[in-house]
Amino acid sequence: MDMIRDYFAMGGYASFVWPAFGLSAVVVVALLVVSLRNLRLSEAALAELRHVTLLSEEETHP
Amino acid sequence: MKPKHQRLALLGLGALGLAGAAALVLTAFEDNLVFFQTPTELATKSVAPNQRLRIGGLVQEGSLVKQGSDVRFVVTDLSHSIPVTYRGLLPDLFREGQGVVAEGRFQDGTFAASEVLAKHDENYMPPEVVEALKKSGEWQRTTGK
Amino acid sequence: MHRFANPTRFVALVRAVQPWAAGIALVTLAAGLWFSLIASPADYQQGETVRIMYVHVPAAWMAMFCYSSMAGASAVTLVWRHAVAHVVARATAPIGASFTFLALATGSLWGKPMWGTWWVWDARLTSVLILLFLYLGYMAIENAFDDRARGSRAAAILAIVGAVNVPIIKFSVDWWNTLHQPASVVRLDGPAIHPSMLTPLVLMAVGYTALYLWILALRVRADINMSKVRALTLRGA
Repeated sequence: MDMIRDYFAMGGYASFVWPAFGLSAVVVVALLVVSLRNLRLSEAALAELRHVTLLSEEETHP
Repeated sequence: MKPKHQRLALLGLGALGLAGAAALVLTAFEDNLVFFQTPTELATKSVAPNQRLRIGGLVQEGSLVKQGSDVRFVVTDLSHSIPVTYRGLLPDLFREGQGVVAEGRFQDGTFAASEVLAKHDENYMPPEVVEALKKSGEWQRTTGK
Repeated sequence: MHRFANPTRFVALVRAVQPWAAGIALVTLAAGLWFSLIASPADYQQGETVRIMYVHVPAAWMAMFCYSSMAGASAVTLVWRHAVAHVVARATAPIGASFTFLALATGSLWGKPMWGTWWVWDARLTSVLILLFLYLGYMAIENAFDDRARGSRAAAILAIVGAVNVPIIKFSVDWWNTLHQPASVVRLDGPAIHPSMLTPLVLMAVGYTALYLWILALRVRADINMSKVRALTLRGA
């Protein structure tokens, strides 16, 4: 137990080392998630629009 | 000349002008860009009394005296040195032989610091390696100290 | 290079690169974190805080690398009028801004215990803060114009003008006295970092670069999709 506690204490610098790694992880993961979501949304919007265009072309050229 | 080449030439000229302008501006503001002055630089110029400035150098080995929260030490760049007085907490990295930057003003030949910051060098290694280097006498050569 | 100016070919390239970038990013970051936090020694002067270096330095490198890519792509946009180059620049900006923010924030968390201050206005720190403002300014201009083409041209010019800041950041620690120490890795007489500490640093740097390419691929594909959506909507309207 003491070994684990010593490890997380980071020689007394825990309040600087862990936030640095935590913040980096949060920002990087957030950027990744937002970018993935935007890609999915753009693919959905494009698919929807292609579907609509196809339908309207069928209407105008029966 | 094709428009593509014209644009390329324009971009090149613009970049050249920009670099020149930046170099001129940076040279003109040299004094403001410098974060601290070394004892040698200060020895050659006169400082107005009570002018706030930052001095930087190494903490001279054996010069550190602590009395409660009052601290005295000498900042040196190995050719000139300045005695410093300070009251307050020192950063963790502050130690003799290490870099330091002190902000304050000169009072009767000594530098009364209101803030002391530690400056570290660009060498990173584990303590065991330092011990080994010291034992083999290679320490001086690696760090230049 | 001109071969990839065609958006369809470019998207095919991006799609091919994406899984490799994702795989390399995940593997090297996992290994890098293991070495950063567990399998590397404390520093003889800085103790355990040296571990902050493994997230701080790669973020700072990427901040400059992303800006150089953005400025380079903007130059290609202005001279050769390649639309995909501008897509790359536009997709890079938020990634570079995030890395710059991380470099500043982790640097602050490292500076407080070691230097004794969260922030100083020395040449290195100030020039990196200006880099963050350049990224934010680029993104603001990109979205400020109703006429998209004009906004893009103005943003590209800002990106190129701001590139003058990149060598200033790199050499600020050599040209002027700063509180920030000089370079340890990229310097003429070889790195001043012990191999046991260079391993996590290099792994994290490779991981961050792969991560940039991965996120760039996602954003480029989304950007090209959205411009197709705009084109289709205009035709439909």
